[in-house]
Amino acid sequence: MTPTVIIDGTPVPVNGHRNLLELIRSSGVELPTFCYCSDLSVYGACRMCVVEVEGRGLQTACSTPPEDGMVVRTTTEATQRIRKMALELLLANHQGQCQTCDRNMRCRLQALADRLGVRRVRFEAPADRETQLDEGVALVRDPAKCILCGDCVRMCSEVQGIGVLDFAGRGSNVRVTPAFGRSIDEVECVYCGQCAAICPTGAITVRSAIDEVWKAIHDPARTVVVQIAPAVRAALAQHYGIAGGEHALGKTVTALRRIGFDRVFDTSFAADLTTVEEGAEFLRRRASGGPLPMFTSCCPAWVKYAEQFQPDLLGQLSTCRSPQQMFGALARKHLPADMGILPEDLYVVSVMPCSAKKFEAARPEFAQDGRPDVDAVLTTQELIRMIDQAGLKPAELPAGALDLPFGFKTGAGVLFGASGGVAEAVLRLLSGGRGRVEFREVRGLNGLKEAELEQDGRPVRVGVVSGFGNARALLEEIRAGLKSFDLVEVMACPGGCVGGAGQPWPADTGMRRERAEMLYDCDAVQPLHNAADNPFVSDCLERIGGSDRHAAHSLLHTGYRPRRRIDGQVIELDEKPPAARVPVSVCIGTNCYLRGSYDTLKRLMEAARREGLEEAFDFQATFCFENCKASPNVRVGEEIHGGVTPEEADEFFRSRLLPLADGRSCAAARE
Amino acid sequence: MTTAVLGAALSSPADLIALKKRALQALESGCTRLVVCGGTGCTSNGSRQVLDALNAELAARGVPLVADLLEEHPDGAVRAGFGGCSGFCEVGPIVRVFPANFFYVRVRPQDAAAIVERTVLNGEPVEHLLFSDEATGERFATRDEIPFYREQAGVVLADCGVIEPEDIRQYIAHEGYRALASCLFGMTPEDVVREVTDAGLRGRGGGGFPTGRKWELTRRSEASKKYIICNADEGDPGAFMDRSILEGNPHAVLEGMAIAGYAVGADEGYIYCRAEYPLAVQRLRVAIRQAEEARLLGERILGSSFDFRIHIKEGAGAFVCGEETALISSIEGRRGMPSPKPPFPAQSGLFGMPTVVNNVETLANVPRIILNGAGWFRSVGVPSSPGTKVFALTGDVVNTGLIEVPMGATLKDVVFKIGGGIRNGRKFKTVQIGGPSGGCLTEEHLDLALDYDSLRSVGAMVGSGGLVVMDDSTCMVEVARFFMQFTQSESCGKCVLCREGTRRMLEILEKITSGRGTVDDVGLLEEVAIAVRDGSLCGLGKTAPNPVLSTLRYFRDEYLAHVVDGVCPAGACQAFRHYSIDPEKCKGCTLCAKKCPVGAISGELKQPHTIDPQTCVRCGVCLDVCRLGAVVA
Repeated sequence: MTPTVIIDGTPVPVNGHRNLLELIRSSGVELPTFCYCSDLSVYGACRMCVVEVEGRGLQTACSTPPEDGMVVRTTTEATQRIRKMALELLLANHQGQCQTCDRNMRCRLQALADRLGVRRVRFEAPADRETQLDEGVALVRDPAKCILCGDCVRMCSEVQGIGVLDFAGRGSNVRVTPAFGRSIDEVECVYCGQCAAICPTGAITVRSAIDEVWKAIHDPARTVVVQIAPAVRAALAQHYGIAGGEHALGKTVTALRRIGFDRVFDTSFAADLTTVEEGAEFLRRRASGGPLPMFTSCCPAWVKYAEQFQPDLLGQLSTCRSPQQMFGALARKHLPADMGILPEDLYVVSVMPCSAKKFEAARPEFAQDGRPDVDAVLTTQELIRMIDQAGLKPAELPAGALDLPFGFKTGAGVLFGASGGVAEAVLRLLSGGRGRVEFREVRGLNGLKEAELEQDGRPVRVGVVSGFGNARALLEEIRAGLKSFDLVEVMACPGGCVGGAGQPWPADTGMRRERAEMLYDCDAVQPLHNAADNPFVSDCLERIGGSDRHAAHSLLHTGYRPRRRIDGQVIELDEKPPAARVPVSVCIGTNCYLRGSYDTLKRLMEAARREGLEEAFDFQATFCFENCKASPNVRVGEEIHGGVTPEEADEFFRSRLLPLADGRSCAAARE
Repeated sequence: MTTAVLGAALSSPADLIALKKRALQALESGCTRLVVCGGTGCTSNGSRQVLDALNAELAARGVPLVADLLEEHPDGAVRAGFGGCSGFCEVGPIVRVFPANFFYVRVRPQDAAAIVERTVLNGEPVEHLLFSDEATGERFATRDEIPFYREQAGVVLADCGVIEPEDIRQYIAHEGYRALASCLFGMTPEDVVREVTDAGLRGRGGGGFPTGRKWELTRRSEASKKYIICNADEGDPGAFMDRSILEGNPHAVLEGMAIAGYAVGADEGYIYCRAEYPLAVQRLRVAIRQAEEARLLGERILGSSFDFRIHIKEGAGAFVCGEETALISSIEGRRGMPSPKPPFPAQSGLFGMPTVVNNVETLANVPRIILNGAGWFRSVGVPSSPGTKVFALTGDVVNTGLIEVPMGATLKDVVFKIGGGIRNGRKFKTVQIGGPSGGCLTEEHLDLALDYDSLRSVGAMVGSGGLVVMDDSTCMVEVARFFMQFTQSESCGKCVLCREGTRRMLEILEKITSGRGTVDDVGLLEEVAIAVRDGSLCGLGKTAPNPVLSTLRYFRDEYLAHVVDGVCPAGACQAFRHYSIDPEKCKGCTLCAKKCPVGAISGELKQPHTIDPQTCVRCGVCLDVCRLGAVVA
């Protein structure tokens, strides 16, 4: 007998469903919820999914495991009453302004209030609601619209492993906020925007650039060009109900020209260029002994993540700019001459599935003479909105052709939009194959995918991760020596760019999978499939540098800088020059200090004095090494030693420091 | 006292029994003992100075002092030390004298001379320090004669105020740790669970869930690690049962935890105690250290194969952390927010392992049950709720303090016999029971038995045991508003109904008490209250509307009086007061006009004054300052 639950009088087999909510939904009842997401832990806070379970009374379906013989009723007087009251209470505390909200007509609170028929709010508007907008470079938080479902909090900590947002305060003062009430730009947010993608209301949104772009379009002096990222076409096809990503893109091209864009290009071209450059870089590294694995650098959220949390890996990141920024640099360099316009009149727009691309475009290194390479980044959603504002219906428009030269791509360039796409494009390049060589191991929505390719008699081991929770786990395995790769692709959003925060809602697993499959179909219909075969890429490389690798390099490559919270600044304890001494730094950051590091430092200095070796060491107090788990920490040269408690200090001096004080120093000290 | 009180660890039950005999002898026949209450209440009232003064006086009079009970001392020697709370905090600082059993109240340092002279040296009571009945003037020499104590039963509090909590040997003298020894050497874990189940012990923290069943569920959960948590996050305003037990007899709780650990297969325990209880935390630390030194905690307890360690986790004082899942979350270092059950802690609790969460008082009952048997425990109280319950009796009663009564005692006995009736000759109106999660009981409930099921049947609950008695000057809407303000600011804010519902209930209650309420508001209040009760995530949310629902149930007229007639029947809500000056009585002294903060009173010197009702903010200052009774409210 299969376990069965009676739902509203109908027996429904449990079929492995983890909780009543999923089981009930599988039976065709659209049980409402704000805080249940299958990818996140069960939270049970919104109370919308209450059902009556015989013998147990009212239970939230999300938190109740199905049991054989359970009798559940989903629509009773009590469940309806509670849902409606919860909604009315939420609405009373929600700064409505629906018509002007970014999520108008796409808001789950609005939709449920309508569906459940809440027709009045009988409570007074709260006077004490936090209403200050937090407008960041890529994300905007509007606390007055937050319904405190905690989806963003769990997304950021559970899926992405970052934890930029959390709850603060109690009672009616509870709010979701970055630490210490800071703004989103002041904390370690990597702008992946998955919080905005999962937010049921307009409390977290992606910052809009629509007005700026319209302004540029309406400015007769400006020539406005636009690039469209690979993943965008799949979402457009879904949104407009057009079969095929390339077809949808073609119709959108026509819409964009009608709106007033002067040239429409494809970021997939720049992706081909990236593949070629990254492939070459990889082969160079392989030939010169590393450092490997090389990590991809297309995802701006990953780059920021690495700069913040994995600064020691920065040397392993590919120096290639992302396709967006390669395009931006090329457009700035060549388009004014090609189009016969003044450089300052060129306005470069990109359409991205992503919120972090807005941050990337604003990075100071991607600017020439104070002008950013990419002037404005629109998300897929913003593009759709602009098309709507112009009253256009892409489905009814004829398909248009992209402009050359940056409109021509191979199928490999389109793959960039799905997790595994960058890896597959590079693998194709390395394999040297001419036809459509497929690497199915790196496709799909699994958090970690692996593939191997034989190249010059040696294997190239490729790892692909998406989502920072998965990335962190993989990095830990690599560091622990449990896994070994030559090339690792990292994308911030689960499933890659198809699931980016700039894509239309909902960005659930089904939608991500469908979009990725659409991109593989786009690859199939292209005449070429290997980036190396893109003739415009070769032309372009010839044009920017020819044999001058340096010129190409400065245009297409970049560098990274650590963004640690504390930069390990050194405090000098004495003024003597530290020349020829062994530098010994003791961390006196909060954690180490609390575990006695100050005494450790004193004891080490005392031990040196005792041994007459004061001149051999340069003792310093420093701030955090970010190795707090092992505090107190002492750095000798470049090596950090943990667990040097005051009690261990003498032994540490004897075993670690004494051998470093060579005879010369000792002798000098004793003279 | 140093912690090395023991000399040697106890490596067998025989060692424990031997120590018990020595300690008991020392306690009972060795010397005169002056036990000064060292509970929070008496300490705040200066009991530390009383103890210092006693020691100084004893030294000055050349009376030999006993530094250590078990060491040899001359005849006539005296031991003076801190004991735990005796419950009658109102008349503190309390000093108890043994073996004479005198009970001194309101002792000041300057009374030390009299105590030493008359009691220590001559064995007589100091008359003026004995408790006297205000009404009759009758004085009572010993504790048990005092009416406040006559109706009480002593199980959990029996040793509080008798033994010194910082001396483990005094606890051992009073049968301490003998129950643990019996478990380890004479009972299987199943036996222990069965005994507690048969005793019918129910959770004293409020819910009344059968303790034995909790233990059995945890015992049956298979896991490599299990935990015992003692919930000492006592958060109800005015409740201090757990604090007094921890301060007065910490070892009873430790022993209860160890027995629970043995019963369910746990080797580690946490006491989650609020940091606002520094004295309780300190006593616990000393107790744990002494128990570990004695090998009554730690590895291979009493030479058995059972290990049990106890840690203290200090909480930051959030009310919601008394909810077991929030408490667990807090111990794990996360924000104290409840999570949905299932899974229950017995299946997946602390660090994901099966966990028993029991309240302080519950655990303190356990050693007694093991020692005396389930049958004995069932002989106290009522069949559905055996045993005793400790209540914090406060409010408008003559005697306030901590009381322990058999479950099923009537409200009348508690209020009138133990509490001595209503203060200032006013009329009894209501008892708020169970703190912010509880409800109000009225005159019709005076014969109601105080036990889990009877209270639940009338919309109240035992809660953690707060009993606030109120007289007829209390406005019930205001009472509901007061408790709602508490729960609203202590709501963790996780679930919609509790967070937003308590806020809106408070808003409506404030509207009613400030004279702006309508009949619709009363209906909406009830609607929200029922939704919050039925739909909230955790126990705090589900019970938060109780003060509203129970006052609506028994005092709906008062709500209606506010919103329909524009009157606060108790005269408590300031917004409904109208102040005027009786021209017959007013002599025009101008004092009220001078004191009025808003200048609402005018009049010529030596002429009757008047109050402008438009300007008046109804603060009542004029009423307070008028010496002629001319201001009429």
